[in-house]
Formats: sequence, structure tokens, C-alpha cells
Amino acid sequence: MSSRAVERGRVRVGRGFSRSSPRPWGGSRTPWLYLAPALVVLGGLLAYPIYQLGLISLFHYTQAQVSGGEPTTFEGFGNYAELFGDEQFWQVLLATVVFAAACVLCTLAVGCALAVLLTRVRAVPRLALMLAALGAWATPAITGSTVWLFLFDADFGPVNRVLGLGDHAWTYGRFSAFFLVLLEVVWCSFPFVMVTVYAGIRSVPSEVLEAASLDGASQWRVWRSVLVPMLRPILVVVTIQSVIWDFKVFTQIYVMTGGGGIAGQNLVLNVYAYQQAFASSQYSLGAAIGVVMLLILLAVTLVYLRLLRRQGEEL
Amino acid sequence: MKLSARLVAVAAVLATAACAPQTSGNSASDKDEKTGTLRVWLFQEVNNRPKEEAVDSVLAEFEKAHPGTEVTVEYIPVETRAQRIKAAFNDPGSAPDLIEYGNTDTAGYVKDGGLADVTEEFGAWDEAKDTDPTARQSVTVDGKVYGTPYFVGVRALYYRTDVFDELGLDVPKTQAELISTAKEIRAARPEMYGIAVGGAYTYGAMPFIWAHGGELATGKGGSYASAIDSADAREGIEAYTSLFGDDNCPAAKCAGMGGNDTVTAFASGKAAMAIGGDFSHAAVEAGKVKGKYAVVPLPGVEAGSIAPAFAGGNNLGVLKSTSHRTLAVDLMKRLASKKAQGALFDGMGFLPTFSDVREQVAAKETFVKPFVETLAADTKFVPASPAWARIDASLVLPTMFQEIVSGKKSVAAASADAAKKMNEAFGSVG
Repeated sequence: MSSRAVERGRVRVGRGFSRSSPRPWGGSRTPWLYLAPALVVLGGLLAYPIYQLGLISLFHYTQAQVSGGEPTTFEGFGNYAELFGDEQFWQVLLATVVFAAACVLCTLAVGCALAVLLTRVRAVPRLALMLAALGAWATPAITGSTVWLFLFDADFGPVNRVLGLGDHAWTYGRFSAFFLVLLEVVWCSFPFVMVTVYAGIRSVPSEVLEAASLDGASQWRVWRSVLVPMLRPILVVVTIQSVIWDFKVFTQIYVMTGGGGIAGQNLVLNVYAYQQAFASSQYSLGAAIGVVMLLILLAVTLVYLRLLRRQGEEL
Repeated sequence: MKLSARLVAVAAVLATAACAPQTSGNSASDKDEKTGTLRVWLFQEVNNRPKEEAVDSVLAEFEKAHPGTEVTVEYIPVETRAQRIKAAFNDPGSAPDLIEYGNTDTAGYVKDGGLADVTEEFGAWDEAKDTDPTARQSVTVDGKVYGTPYFVGVRALYYRTDVFDELGLDVPKTQAELISTAKEIRAARPEMYGIAVGGAYTYGAMPFIWAHGGELATGKGGSYASAIDSADAREGIEAYTSLFGDDNCPAAKCAGMGGNDTVTAFASGKAAMAIGGDFSHAAVEAGKVKGKYAVVPLPGVEAGSIAPAFAGGNNLGVLKSTSHRTLAVDLMKRLASKKAQGALFDGMGFLPTFSDVREQVAAKETFVKPFVETLAADTKFVPASPAWARIDASLVLPTMFQEIVSGKKSVAAASADAAKKMNEAFGSVG
């Protein structure tokens, strides 16, 4: 059966289901009633702060305005104009996108590879790997960052000693500093991918895998043609999660590069927003950065979901 | 269609303008109660006990002098002070009456509308005339006084007496000698930095700029203009950044260092010299180099001169929202009095802000002599503009130094960029 036939079949099944269900979503208030508690919580915890964020980004709002030293003035899109006119913002944005993309790819690759490995090893090594991963997962980002920084310390770090690099300073060069942070980010976020994908693989019927191996499929082929299509919903979720996490990286950069690296070369958007919004008390500019980040993440997520839908996948 | 779109836009603007983000009604309180509880926030120091004792004895006298009053003191952590104090400005209801604050924050807090103008009381205070001019400048914005100086901190040159003796070196008398001496030491002792410097150590770099006749910014009150790209300032920047390199302090290590890192390097014996404060004394004493170092004022350009130092330190200020203004001002004066500052020095080693008291303590404690000499020679202060907090927080000067020492930009280009950023900040606060 070709994959196209599978798609068509699935779509047809879906339609049949919706036609047979009695008056779906129409007329009745019942669904809203059921949704109400969730909507209230979402409204309070999500919509209201986002509304405030958007509102603040339209005003000139610094500490002097908050504490009543000066009147608040409406700026329209003045903060956005200032932001988009700032050359540094574009550099930071580019760095953030490239860095986040690298982190997502590495996290997914490592997480999936180890998930497959987990299904292939015996109980004891599996337990050891699980525990190690959970340990990395449970480590607070600030602790993890400090430990990684120490591992790569120029004078006392074991990495330099093992590799015989003398007193090479890892955080000095732009790319080597980003690389160091990438390692830490991957280290603390691959366990989520690994555990989720592992659970997904476990739920794949063993007959399917057996059939594939009877057909003489290689490991890679099994992953590519059997597991990935079946695990797609899970992979979508972990990808979106990773995109959002890695785009919003703060602690690792802040701790490991001392707040943005030599001459700000390792700034990412979140640290930049922190510098502007809190350290410099320009809350309105920080809010504008927040709104821009929100829109970028929404756009990335929507485009990604749209691409998947076009491939015929329902979430 | 066009009209309705415009109407919607107008309606949207009105709607958002009508619900502007919150501001607190932080106006001056019209009450001035003579009894009740006064709340005070002071900074929590690393070893806080002696400070508490010095403060407690002042409080006992204050409460005796004002029956029916009580003072509660809270020691707030230094790391989170910015958030705490901003929160106090935002919520006058739970704010203290009197706070300790870093003296570079004065202009910002005044603009925030947080501090009360105490010009009159300060002028009428008989002890105020002995306050040294730079300390007075650090509580003054636009000619008005917003608190009293509490103590000053100043930096000088720490050097290793044993290393200097072994290599037969003289203590540098000029900045040129300082640089050549540092490089000589590094050549003879490649495992050490000649002088530990940091790309993020702004207050260690400023004396070089000032010694060459440069300024961070010129102007007064609301209208500052950056002078960091003037010819004199550039010479100073050139001098400071020439210390980064394999012949003294390799850029790969030192570009990212801040003030504490340089002091740590010195205390652990990794540097033959460092620019440290009187407040760094304890850290150095606790390190490997105890008993093997001495301190002299940082030399200026001319032989025998002292480079102008940054006068750091803390102030005390009354909050505008206090409902006990008279009492709070009285307590502020008592806490910052000559006697109390003398006691604070005895306990904590913080240098008094009164010139005469400082002379007295220098006679008692020889360690502080080079610092007192530095203060007596010439000290400078950061621009008294609310923009300074923003310039500081957005790392304008560290970025400039780091761009130069990592070879990304020339002194001219980096200082021009820094000047542009500073002027934007000065411009934005009007």
C-alpha cells in the first residue's frame, strides 16, 4: 500500500466519523461549559499577561513611569521603531535563530539516537542511561551551566587537561563560546526528547518492527520508514517544544558567557531583552522585544504545523 | 471603508490610552508623624555583624531622643537591591522610610521619583561642611541634595612586595612605568600577569582615562554629552587596553574579567599587581599573598602624581513617600554622623565621607593611608544623570574595552560607537 493510499484512507475515515456524530459543536453550549475552567485559567494566566505585554510595548514606560516620577506617555509603535532601527537587535536576532536551530537539531539527533539505543540495550545499561539522562534533566540550568563552565575552565578545567590544550580559553571566541553553551543546552534538554521518543517507540506494535526486519530492513531504514512516520505526532511535539525552549535560552548564555560574552558577541534575544528591560529599566522596550519573540515563535509553530498538515498529518 | 478603518484605529488608540499600564501614586506624603515605627533598609555586607553593632548603638540613642518611636532595620542582600528598591518605589505602602543605596544610582532614583529632596536639612546640618566635595556631588542632582553620603570606596594599586624585591623592580611612579613594569614582570614570570586587568572592569579603567585628561561625559544636570571619544580619553583607553596581550594579561583570559576577578587573581598569587579597593582588603588578606603585598595610590601620567580615582560608596536617603519625614531625616543624619561613620570604619573598614574623620582614621590604621591619599588627591564621579544606570546596565564601556582588546575594533572606532550609545542614553532621558 503506497503512502498516498494510507493518507486517503485516513482522511476518509475522519470524514465518516464527523458525519456520523450527532450535531457536532453546533447549537449546544455544553462544549463551552466543559471548556470554561480551562479557558478561565488560560485567560488569566496567558491572555492577560500577553495583553499587558502588548500594552506596555506601546508606551514609554521606564522605572520613572512605574514609580510615578514622570507621567506615562503613549508612544504608538515608537518602541518597535527604536528596536527595528537598532543594528544590534538584528545581529542578536540572527544569532538567536542560528543558535536555536543548531540546538534543536543537535538535541533531536542526540535524543532520538539515544532513544533507539535504549530499545536495543539490556536492562542494566538501559537503567544506567535513563538515570544519567534524568540526572541531567533534573539539574537546575544554573548549576549545569556552572559545572560545564568549570569543566572547560582555562586554568583548572579537566577538559583542557585531557585534551592537552594548555590554557585555551573556550569562552573567548564567539563560536567556541556558542559551542560550549550548545553542549550544555543539548545536555540538559535531550533527556526530554529521549524519554518521550523512547515511550513512543515502545508503543509501536512489535509485529511492525518484526515485519520490517524480516524484510531485511537496516536499522536506519527501520527508523526512517517505519518509526518516523508512526512517531510523527510525538516528534512534532518534541520539535516544537525544543524550538520554543532553545529560542528562549537565557540561563546558559547568561551564566556561561558572563551576560552575553566578550563585547556582547554571544547575546541571544532573551538576554538582550533582559539587559534592555530589567537591567536598564526600559520596560516598554523589553516588552516590545517580548512581543516580537512571541510573534516569531507563533509564526514558526504555525508554519511548521501547516507544513505537516499539507503532508496529510492530523495532530 | 477608509473612514471606518480610521475610526477603528482611533478607537483602538483611545482604548489603549484609556487603560495605560499601571503607575504608582508615589507622591510626597503630606503626613509628617512624630511617633510610630520607622523602617530602614541597609545593605547586608559579607560580614555584617560589626555593621549591625555600629547601627544598633545609633538606634538606641535615636529611640531615647524620640520617645514613642521605634526603628526596624532590615538588611537587604546587595545582589537584589535594585529590584527591592524599585519595588519600594512602586509600592509606597510597604516601602521603608530610609534606605542605603549605591551612589551611582542617585540620579536614577531621583528621576524615578523615589528620593526626598533634603537640601535644606543638609545645608543646616553643622557636620555637612566637612563632607568631601566628591561625596557631596554623589548625593547632588541639579543642585539639590537627595541624601547624605554614608561611606566612600576608592581603588589603589596593590602590588607584590616579594616579586618586586626578587626582580629588583621599583614601584612605578607613572602610568608609563606601570605598563613597562607589568610587562617586565610577565617576561620574567610568565605564569603571572604583570598587572591583572579586566575588560569588564570599568572602575579600574576609568583612572587611566581621567589621568590622561579625558572625561566620560561633559555637561551638567540634564544635558550631558559623551566625551569618551575625545583625544585625551582615547589616550587613556589606549594606555589601559595596552595592558591586554600575551606580554601582560592575555586577552583570551582578561577580556572577560571584572573587578572581582582581577582581585581574585591577585589574591591567589596569579598577578603581581592589581587595582583593588579599600573594600578588597579582606579578600586579599584571606588569599595566598597575605603579608607579601603593599598598596600605593595608582600613579598618574606625571611622576609623583596620583591618577584621579572613582569615588564609589553608598549614601543614605529618605524616601519621598515617607510619612515620618522629620524623624527619618534625623535618623539619617545620626547614622551618617561623624561619630557613626567612625564607628562604621572601626567595625567594617569603610572609609568615612568626612575629610577630617578620614584623616583621623588614617592615622590609626596605616592600611588605609594610600586610599586616603588617593581620595585627598582627586576623585571623580560618574555623570550625575539618570542615563548612567542605563549606560552601566547595557555594558557600554565594557563592550568598548572588549571590542578593542579582542581586536574587533580600533580605539577610535570603539570609542566613537560607545560615545554614540552614551549620547543616545543621555538624549533619551531628556
